[in-house]
Amino acid sequence: MAVTDGAPMMSSPTSSKRPNRLFKNLTAKIATIPMIFTALVVFIGCTVWTIYHSFTKSKLLPAPEKWVGLDQYERLWSTRRWLVSIENLAIYGFCSLVLSLVIGFTLAALLDRKIRGEGIFRTIFLYPFALSFIVTGLVWQWILNPQFGIQGVVQRWGWDSFTFDPLNNANIVIYGILIAGIWQGSGFIMVILLAGLRGIDEDIWKASRVEGIPAWKTYIFIIIPMMRPIFVTALVLIAAGIIKVYDLIVAQTSGGPGISSEVPAKYVIEKMFQSQNLGQGFAASTMMLLSVLVVLIPWAYLEFGGKRRD
Amino acid sequence: MNYYKTTTAAVAFCAAGAVSAAELEVTHWWTSGGEAAAVSEFAKAFDATGNTWVDGAIAGSGGTARPIIVSRIIGGDPMHATQLNHGRQAEELIEAGLMLDLTDVAEAEGWTDLVNPTSLLDSCTVDGKIYCAPVNIHSWQWIWLSHQAYADAGVAVPSNWDEFVSSAKALEDAGKIPLAMGQQAWQSSGAFGVINVAVGGPDLWNKINVEKDAEAAAGPEMAKVFEAASAARAMAANSKVQDWNQATNLVITGQAGGQVMGDWAQGEFQVAGQVAGQDYTCLPGLGVNEIISTGGDAFYFPKQDDPEIEAAQKELAKLLLSPEVQVNFNLKKGSLPVRGDIDLSSANDCMKKGLEILAAGSILQSGDQVLSADTTGQIEDLMVEFWNDQSYSAADAQAKYAEIIAAAD
Repeated sequence: MAVTDGAPMMSSPTSSKRPNRLFKNLTAKIATIPMIFTALVVFIGCTVWTIYHSFTKSKLLPAPEKWVGLDQYERLWSTRRWLVSIENLAIYGFCSLVLSLVIGFTLAALLDRKIRGEGIFRTIFLYPFALSFIVTGLVWQWILNPQFGIQGVVQRWGWDSFTFDPLNNANIVIYGILIAGIWQGSGFIMVILLAGLRGIDEDIWKASRVEGIPAWKTYIFIIIPMMRPIFVTALVLIAAGIIKVYDLIVAQTSGGPGISSEVPAKYVIEKMFQSQNLGQGFAASTMMLLSVLVVLIPWAYLEFGGKRRD
Repeated sequence: MNYYKTTTAAVAFCAAGAVSAAELEVTHWWTSGGEAAAVSEFAKAFDATGNTWVDGAIAGSGGTARPIIVSRIIGGDPMHATQLNHGRQAEELIEAGLMLDLTDVAEAEGWTDLVNPTSLLDSCTVDGKIYCAPVNIHSWQWIWLSHQAYADAGVAVPSNWDEFVSSAKALEDAGKIPLAMGQQAWQSSGAFGVINVAVGGPDLWNKINVEKDAEAAAGPEMAKVFEAASAARAMAANSKVQDWNQATNLVITGQAGGQVMGDWAQGEFQVAGQVAGQDYTCLPGLGVNEIISTGGDAFYFPKQDDPEIEAAQKELAKLLLSPEVQVNFNLKKGSLPVRGDIDLSSANDCMKKGLEILAAGSILQSGDQVLSADTTGQIEDLMVEFWNDQSYSAADAQAKYAEIIAAAD
């Protein structure tokens, strides 16, 4: 209460002379203090704390005094499991980014053609998103199970030589996980893009129809460029999902066969808690942060730096 | 006056509460059929003292449960008692003062004289104080063989590792999996350890794991062990199960010839109603070096503020090692008791074999006792990759293994 009472009193004398930017919208600024504080302490503070401890030999408990320099990072980058994890994340990330967008947009565009029963299809496509990654992973573990799943069913139909067993094949296991990830996530992307399509002015469609431009061309050259902000939102959501992929792996393969479907997030968790080696886990999570920043900073520079110029 | 009355009533109520005992939340990862039957023996005995055992079973293996247990203790929400493997897993928790000192219980009950082998209690001891109550001895050094599988294949049940290896072909021809293996990392690593002791001998194992001799780990004797493991890997190629008890089930149902697994597998045979020597055979030390590794489970008691709870914790600690509970628990669990002075005449053949070996003193420390969780984790990562990738050569794996041992703490 005191805050709202005080604000106009303080702002009125200053505004009469010269507008002090610091006191402009004071109420709003005061209201954001808790969030600023949270951001500084929780996000920045904890990140700094984590990075600092990644240079120590912390085991089960943080040990800030046991400084070892870059040892943890050297060990990290000479660990095969970490390298496999990075490779898997790259494959999973690239494919899931492209496929989610392509499938999501195609579905959205089809629904946007004012088909009958749109509501039903929308629900069906969005439904997998209501399931957690754990449930998704278990469902697909069964579907891809060689005895009970797709392979078993097709073989029982009479095609005996049919093999489709990605989860037990180290070379393609990550694609088995990708299928589940896409199945779960593309419906959500579809809904977001559909909302974007609905925001496109009817007149654009009318104009393109008058000009005799085919629908697919209208989508690619007119609609998609207009939907740029929506695509950015979808991209950020997909990217966040990729970096933190963990539970899907745990439910579907728990990293196997061998270490062929390991991912960085799983490495971090297991080194920190299972192997009781916080330093190693922190080093790995710092590398994850770094990889996010490497992607994010140039993008943010282009996105926000560009705007100021025009 | 009225105030006085209520106060006395309140005090009386509290006092009554103190007499009627406490509820203890106990976490553990004993969830398979045989294990659950065993842990209910503890619960029954503890409930009989007037206290209440609140079961906090965590599904999954120790690898899933331990992080949950440890983060609850560190995070300030400790359970009242918890299973862990005695050894180095709780080392730092004890050093940080988060665990209850049980030295007075141990002295009153004479644990130092009772517990056999004494290395079990040593693993609970930090700076001369005892922090855990060992409840059983679990040895990894066993192979379990299915009589049915060998009968189907028309060969005799092997009596040692070499015979097992040479009979593998016959089993495969009969459409069986020679060696059942779960694909989880701890199983790969454990089976390797057993082959290591059997093929390389206990001295080599001690040199590498206790003295952390990287040269021995890279040496020619160890190369033989890796070759043997690589042969075993080929025999397990068709075993596509995850959990250890699913693999044991392959042996029980005669789909697989054998499984290298610790003696906790015995509980599964028992639950399935199989009889040792008749339906299945167990070979300690793979029939080569008869030895028992003295790993096992122990209960730790995270420190609590409430003296009432503390009293109940100590009561439970005392109970866990009492002769009666030890017998009931270990018979169900298929593990060996931690005290040498109790009668286990109702034990089955396999357990009796184990008891004899234990009495003869052929014992080996377990990996949990000598290696840190970090080193164990690195070896597990290596082994799970090695066992599941047929193209990973034995020599490459050995080089990596020697590196891990060189950096071990």
